[in-house]
Amino acid sequence: MKNQWPLWEVFIRSQHGLAHRHVGSLHAPDATMAINNARDVYTRRNEGVSIWVVRSVDITASNPDDKAELFDPAQSKVYRHPTFFPMPEEVKGL
Amino acid sequence: MYAQMVDTGTPSSATIDAREARFQQRIDDGIRIEPQDWMPERYRKTLIRQISQHAHSEIVGQLPEGNWITRAPSLKRKAILLAKVQDEAGHGLYLYSAAETLGISRDQMVEDLHAGRAKYSSIFNYPTLTWADVGAIGWLVDGSAIMNQIPLCRCSYGPYARAMIRVCKEEAFHMRQGYDLMLALARGTAAQKAMAQDALNRWWWPSLMMFGPPDGDSVHSAQSQAWKIKLFTNDELRQKMVDQTVPQAEHLGLTIPDPDLKWNAERGHYDFGAIDWDEFYNVVKGNGPCNRERLETRRKAWDDGEWFRDALVAHAEKAAQRAAAKAA
Ligand SMILES: [Fe+2]
Ligand SMILES: [Fe+2]
Repeated sequence: MKNQWPLWEVFIRSQHGLAHRHVGSLHAPDATMAINNARDVYTRRNEGVSIWVVRSVDITASNPDDKAELFDPAQSKVYRHPTFFPMPEEVKGL
Repeated sequence: MYAQMVDTGTPSSATIDAREARFQQRIDDGIRIEPQDWMPERYRKTLIRQISQHAHSEIVGQLPEGNWITRAPSLKRKAILLAKVQDEAGHGLYLYSAAETLGISRDQMVEDLHAGRAKYSSIFNYPTLTWADVGAIGWLVDGSAIMNQIPLCRCSYGPYARAMIRVCKEEAFHMRQGYDLMLALARGTAAQKAMAQDALNRWWWPSLMMFGPPDGDSVHSAQSQAWKIKLFTNDELRQKMVDQTVPQAEHLGLTIPDPDLKWNAERGHYDFGAIDWDEFYNVVKGNGPCNRERLETRRKAWDDGEWFRDALVAHAEKAAQRAAAKAA
């Protein structure tokens, strides 16, 4: 039970220039080893061109109990989407 | 399967409380459960057992095939096998990580395995006697694993489902390289073909046992199915495996070692002979051909690597101290 290595969350940017995406986690004694391990565990098939690792304890997550409070208000705001506005068919470029 | 006999615990009482009803509703609605969400203790414990058994199977599963890496017949086959075995290490890691989100530590799981308290799939307690066994394992064992794991990509627990998606993508390679190897042997000399047949003879029945006891004997199935952490019954998956594999064996020109195997037009499935469940339970209890050797090898790898793990920690600590001193 001694010396359990800290947990790291791994984020990979794929080839296509998209944002780094969370792919999983792993244990490593420090950031360098975390990157080395992430390379072996998560990029064996050209999955990425860049790796971020973050100590799991350094991540602050929203509380699932606050889900309604945080996200429900957006549901009633349909006008935030372009499809809310009917456009005259004959007018182009909208 | 990779988690063959997972105890789901005993339901607390007939009156499930409101929270648990809401939890079940969520599962019925197809909404994934995530680590921070409330979940019944039995669900958590069952999943820890199931996912850790699965992880242990991936790790121990490296050993039978690892046995052949240095003796592969060509550089190409060696590179393929090396990649396959490395994948299995990765599968173990994805799954350990998924189990850790449920509140068990990695060290605890490793200790449970090494102490003989945790189970892993019965299949990995059989020896790999010839090179053809590497082909038979990829074809039959990884083939069975895929059958079980594809539905698990839709299971109710988010981290497990996501791990399974990664695993399944890689398993397809494992099964194909195995079949490709069997093809090469089946098309080779008479001796090579005989070697392939011998491997099929030895791996066929243990592969069918992988799916676990018959439905009538698997007491925890109903609860796991309600929780959507088991999506098909053992017998359903086993039948699927037989139906899929028979034509593949025919294509190889190999004979499945079951005199009772016969197409049943009425059922639309193959009928197959009785499985020797005594053998299965005997292996699960620790008395298979390689149980002792597998655990010894795992323990030795862990003990022999201790100095290296400790050195990495010492280095990390020193580097952190140096950085702190510089900043001060
Ligand atoms: Fe695997
Ligand atoms: Fe595999």
